[in-house]
Amino acid sequence: MSWNRKHLLDIESLTVDEIATVLDTAKAFKVVGERAIKKVPALRGKTVVNLFIEPSTRTRISFELAEQRLSADIINFTAEASSLKKGETLKDTARNLEALNADFIVMRHSASGAAHFLSRVLNASVINAGDGAHEHPTQALLDAFTIRERKGKIAGLNVTILGDILYSRVARSDIWALTKLGAHVTLCGPSTLVPKTFEQMGCRVTHDMDEAIREADIINLLRIQHERQRKTMFPSINEYTQLFGLNKARLAKTRPDALIMHPGPVNRGVEIDSEIADSVRSLILEQVTNGLAVRMAVLYLVNGGKGPQELTGN
Amino acid sequence: MPEATLILDAVAIQRALTRIAHEIAERNEVGANVVLIGIPKGGVPLSQRLSAILAGIWNQPVPVGTLDVSMHRDDLDRRAAPRVYPTVIPFDVTGKTVVLVDDVLFSGRTTRAALDALNDFGRPKNIQLAVLVDRGHRELPIKADFVGKNVPTAMGEKVVVSLREDGGEDKVGLEKPK
Repeated sequence: MSWNRKHLLDIESLTVDEIATVLDTAKAFKVVGERAIKKVPALRGKTVVNLFIEPSTRTRISFELAEQRLSADIINFTAEASSLKKGETLKDTARNLEALNADFIVMRHSASGAAHFLSRVLNASVINAGDGAHEHPTQALLDAFTIRERKGKIAGLNVTILGDILYSRVARSDIWALTKLGAHVTLCGPSTLVPKTFEQMGCRVTHDMDEAIREADIINLLRIQHERQRKTMFPSINEYTQLFGLNKARLAKTRPDALIMHPGPVNRGVEIDSEIADSVRSLILEQVTNGLAVRMAVLYLVNGGKGPQELTGN
Repeated sequence: MPEATLILDAVAIQRALTRIAHEIAERNEVGANVVLIGIPKGGVPLSQRLSAILAGIWNQPVPVGTLDVSMHRDDLDRRAAPRVYPTVIPFDVTGKTVVLVDDVLFSGRTTRAALDALNDFGRPKNIQLAVLVDRGHRELPIKADFVGKNVPTAMGEKVVVSLREDGGEDKVGLEKPK
């Protein structure tokens, strides 16, 4: 057990112990979600601002429900309905929110480093809910939680991440988390979206889908992020599906206990066949359930102040 | 290592638990209505041991659960977030006599948090408190019903409970401040 951070900005700077602390804490919070009364008073009287400068549905809803279950007061703030449209800077917006005595700011932003920036100018705790193509730490933590829960461990597993790695903050956070926890990570996709430079992060890069998934324990599919690509990075969606889409024939060549993950939203028929997305080997909806527990755990942990973690017997 | 005085050894712990179990049985004549709930970390193995002793006295199994209280503490933003243990209560507490079990009773704040946490699981007929060590210095109007040993302590001292379930040997020590 070790956690003394005020913010959760990325996975890159977390230690293995800190990641394990989040996963262990989330395990307890998952049980809370299965009770008749799902609310606990851990954040009673605290105010959380959900500052979503970039559109998001599932992450925002997941954070919102996590905050409600911890009894926090919530302010939701989206780019479309804010003064950012009127030319206010991010810093001014955030300082205005802080003037209302917000204790936590959960932020999604299209610019990499936005959460780090906020954490430097504000007194509130900042939780990164995705910044540009940089990181999406809570997604990686929920992915690690899901893998650990289903496989009993992470160290030594072969995890293949498929698709749009270049523009994916999920991929970056996943790579950091899974390699720190001892998994063998393989990246696969079109060479334009999966450059060899990712080998520097400690993973294997291949452009042959069949080879990438053959020995995989976990196949993590990522969505093609049309909105983040400056120009077409591959000839057509159809060609992508043919070369890198997960279909029945390809799945038949994997290990029988290989499990399939996807952070959503799923483009059915593009990166994954509809039937596979709904199969017993798919963990997609478990990821959503676990995401709630992981976000409760993160909010709970960053709420902690200074001092000893363990209650010494009293 | 700070200097530690032995307060209870393995035999004394066992004797204290046996006595507490008999006191519980004396206070609650209908054993079928009694359930035990341990407060992590130390209260959990203690509640299991008490359950086994009581099962022998009453000739019937005594249900035992685990109640995490960390999310209900009143000092969450004053210290590093304490470890959260999963709550497992595989029975309905409504209408039952719940005996909360903890290793050390100190300020009483953990017990208060436990009373609050237990609310979310139903409405027990009554709640009793069993502790291995009562070290005094209460900050709330809370009192234990069953006490293994009363140990007068100074505020800065530490009561260290070690139990064989955690891989150590059974003993309770009192550490002087460094």
